[in-house]
Amino acid sequence: MPNDLLSRRNLMISAVAGGMAAAMPLPALALNDSQARALIIKAVDDVNRAIASGKTGPALYSDFERIFIKYGDVPIIARSALGVAARQASAAQMAAFTKAFQGYLSRKYGKRFREFIGARFEVVGAKPVKTFYEVKSTAIFKGQAPFEVLWHVSDKSGQDRFFNLIIEGVNLLAAERTEIGAMLDRRRGNIDALIQDMKTAG
Amino acid sequence: MSALGNSIGRGAASAFVLAAVVLAGCAAKLPAPGEIHDPYEAENRETHDMNKRLDQAMFKEGSGGPPGPIGQAVSNLRNNLGLPRMVVNSTLQLRPEPAAKNTLRFAINTTLGIGGIFDPAGHWFGLTEETTDFGETLHVWGVGEGNYVELPVIGPSTERDAVGRFVDLLIDPALLLANGEEKAAILALRIAARSVDRKRYAATVNSILYDSADSYAQSRLLYLQNRRFELGGDAATEAELFDPYEDPYAE
Repeated sequence: MPNDLLSRRNLMISAVAGGMAAAMPLPALALNDSQARALIIKAVDDVNRAIASGKTGPALYSDFERIFIKYGDVPIIARSALGVAARQASAAQMAAFTKAFQGYLSRKYGKRFREFIGARFEVVGAKPVKTFYEVKSTAIFKGQAPFEVLWHVSDKSGQDRFFNLIIEGVNLLAAERTEIGAMLDRRRGNIDALIQDMKTAG
Repeated sequence: MSALGNSIGRGAASAFVLAAVVLAGCAAKLPAPGEIHDPYEAENRETHDMNKRLDQAMFKEGSGGPPGPIGQAVSNLRNNLGLPRMVVNSTLQLRPEPAAKNTLRFAINTTLGIGGIFDPAGHWFGLTEETTDFGETLHVWGVGEGNYVELPVIGPSTERDAVGRFVDLLIDPALLLANGEEKAAILALRIAARSVDRKRYAATVNSILYDSADSYAQSRLLYLQNRRFELGGDAATEAELFDPYEDPYAE
């Protein structure tokens, strides 16, 4: 949770950003609707291909890891998932954590993606939200109501990358903050022990 | 006993229709996605541990996967028998469109789908279920979700949704029309279909229950986020979205 100082700082940033937005006819985003959409169309194609490949277990997880690195802003996702503890971590710890996190996430969601076999993902739209773009896709299973997957895309890392996924309202960053927080609590806040645990978790 | 239940059910149903007319149009404000009210956490965690033990006893690891034809038929039958209840709820919510869709779906699957064993409405006509329940009806009438509760056997819920589940038993046309034996059969069907669901989503459920460092906190978060999305759609979550690039942690 941000403290007072940080919220005030955030307020100032928002005020400045708001002023800028008011002064300019268009939102000051380098990234546009079609670029955000294009990124997710490519990512979704790769996901569809991975699901259709018939691969299972570690082979499928490493496919997901590649997709995740290619289209996701892994460092910012990892840092955000670690939450406040990221402020105390050294650069070496952050690097090790990010690497372990990327494998953990690929195994965890790779397992769950088994339930997506037979599904088809389609990108249906994109719109600016706050300072980033939200690309909406639907997962279609034959005979079932389609369900919604939102991808949050930003170019703040210097490249167009997604940094969050929201599946039927379930926010991946929020879920991982809760989970990594619980893992860290179990290790009484020891980041090195957490990194060791993450190498096999997921 | 059953006649008494029926008349209570009918009385309750007409009272609700009246309440719907009075209250409709003042849907409850949804809490922010990060907001969790869990004053019963200690008791809830005990129930959660009990539910996990029950789950472990009933579902061996590795027994998951998509259902076969029998499992699918059980699931379809349960879904079909649930449609009249959803039509009642959509009507109480003054939402004619999902009520009409589910009515048509029920008519098609009960006839062409041989009593609901098959789902031609979904597969041939793209007429998929418009899922709703009395918890949503209460939401539409302006009742907030209340505190988080984990119910024995059933799992994650809120105070409002727990009341909703109970009322759904009273206003369910399938149960109101059934005699004692049929009621037992419907209940058995629901339990069997739940077991089919559990196996279908085994990978995700196992991952949440058994691979998480705090399965209670994970299931609570996932339930609340998904439920609020069901009730309010994207708009409910938009104001609270993370922007990690602006976030103090991301420095």
